[in-house]
Amino acid sequence: MQERTKTLRRHIITMTERAGSGHPGGSLSAVELVTALYFHVLRHDPQNPNWPDRDRFVLSKGHAAPVLYAALAESGYFPVAELLTLRQMGSRLQGHTHMITTPGVEMSAGALGQGLSFGIGNALAARLDGRDYRVYVLLGDGECNEGQVWEAAMAAAHYKLDNMVALIDRNRLQIDGWCCDVMNTEPFPEKWRSFGWHTIEVDGHDLDQIIAALSEAKIIEGKPTAIIAHTIKGKGVSFMENKAEFHGTAPTSEQAEQALRELE
Amino acid sequence: MAEEMSIRNAYGNTLVELGSENENIVVLDADLSRSTMTHLFAKEFPDRFFDCGVAEQNMMGIAAGLAACGKTVFASTFAVFATARCYDQVRVSIAQSHQNVKIVATHGGITVGEDGCSHHAIEDLALMCALPGFTVIVPADAIEAAQVIRAAAATHGPFYIRLARPKMPIVCGDHYNFAMGKAVTMRGGGDATVIAIGIMVDRALQAADTLAREGIELRVINMSTLKPLDEKTIVKAAEETGAILTAEEHLQHGGLGSGVAQVVAKHHPVPMSFMTIKDVFSSSGKGGELLEKHGLTATGVVEEVRSLVGRKP
Repeated sequence: MQERTKTLRRHIITMTERAGSGHPGGSLSAVELVTALYFHVLRHDPQNPNWPDRDRFVLSKGHAAPVLYAALAESGYFPVAELLTLRQMGSRLQGHTHMITTPGVEMSAGALGQGLSFGIGNALAARLDGRDYRVYVLLGDGECNEGQVWEAAMAAAHYKLDNMVALIDRNRLQIDGWCCDVMNTEPFPEKWRSFGWHTIEVDGHDLDQIIAALSEAKIIEGKPTAIIAHTIKGKGVSFMENKAEFHGTAPTSEQAEQALRELE
Repeated sequence: MAEEMSIRNAYGNTLVELGSENENIVVLDADLSRSTMTHLFAKEFPDRFFDCGVAEQNMMGIAAGLAACGKTVFASTFAVFATARCYDQVRVSIAQSHQNVKIVATHGGITVGEDGCSHHAIEDLALMCALPGFTVIVPADAIEAAQVIRAAAATHGPFYIRLARPKMPIVCGDHYNFAMGKAVTMRGGGDATVIAIGIMVDRALQAADTLAREGIELRVINMSTLKPLDEKTIVKAAEETGAILTAEEHLQHGGLGSGVAQVVAKHHPVPMSFMTIKDVFSSSGKGGELLEKHGLTATGVVEEVRSLVGRKP
């Protein structure tokens, strides 16, 4: 799995460099979270993307599309070569995720703050239909500025949705700078706890910790689980780490070359 | 005076019928279930009803998530809160994925009355018609509303259905047959046409009686499906009557008038006039008083038609 994380990171660099635009920073920070899910935790079948009993992975921070596309391609939802069409005319891989065009994408996103609500809908449907699939929603910490996130946080606890997990990629950066300077969300874990969520903090680049937290979430009854993953934006590429400017800027070809050397 | 019936009751009762016929129907509300009448469904099917509290944005996201798992979702609140309040959620989570969500908004237009301009949805139709893939319907009375709700449940895709707060005069008879995307000619006539929606269908029919006494035969069309628009019926009316008036409880931009004008301008230009709320927000008052203030009355239709007929070449 460690090797997988490197493969996904290389894809993220190559895709965004080729596209000439995109969001490498928040994709790189979420690599371990997505790897743990797609290659260890999720019950899914890439040959049958609409299998009713599949676990749902909802990417709420839709700008991190590159990390999801990389995981989907590596899982076999579509050819790896297609990753290089990212953001281009005629491609199935839009700049932000779109569920109708891309196999394996569960939700159309791009406007922040909407995924947790969508996940609640998935989780309620599971309950209504007596299905045991689980719902995983990946949010950014900057995204948690959006009021809708907290409407949904309230509702998931109210409906006692223990079949759903929110993973928050806490890379502490948003477009205009450090989260604590732009719009402070601290005390962050306390907020989730006070909204009624079982809350776990992990090192978001430690696969074992992530997997352990996801296992713990499975046995929690009567409430949803929030996994706050402490991460580094741009993780794995020295000149991108902790740099807000790589939120929405693709690497140049020289930068991509250097990044790929670091990710060998 | 025509018999009046509550269009909201028609909605609530139809939901209950649909609920027993189809296990896949799920209903959401945002703390207004006694006003939207979804509480009737909640009482019968508590497991399939979710009150989302005063959180419309979250409600639309939940609706999309349920629909993505195969549910036919009805989501209701007042029209102002169902559209402008959560427009981006409807746009991204529902419209862009063409989810099977039926937004049934009550308290549309200015006939909401006393609550004042914050509660008057007068731009909702423009907003919802602007979303690709949405079907937008404004039933003219309780009979049509019941048929519209059934048709929406039976048709995959996102819908916006606007209902009014007050009881509405019955204009659709027992044999009325709603067909999606098909306008209904409520009364024949060859001198001019009024194309109306909602409460204005009744006003137009009243006006037609008055005008008939003056020798003006007014064709009255109920354009309940605003999107997709029944272009054929519009063009036919332009060709056969040579003058078209539109009448709606909505702003002049982006509603019925705009849509009809595009069709007429492209296919068969004739003199037109538009009864709408001009570019203003309204205020508190009784629903009837407010309609009067904005000229949305049978008398208003009569006057507009007289002047329109005078403009015919």
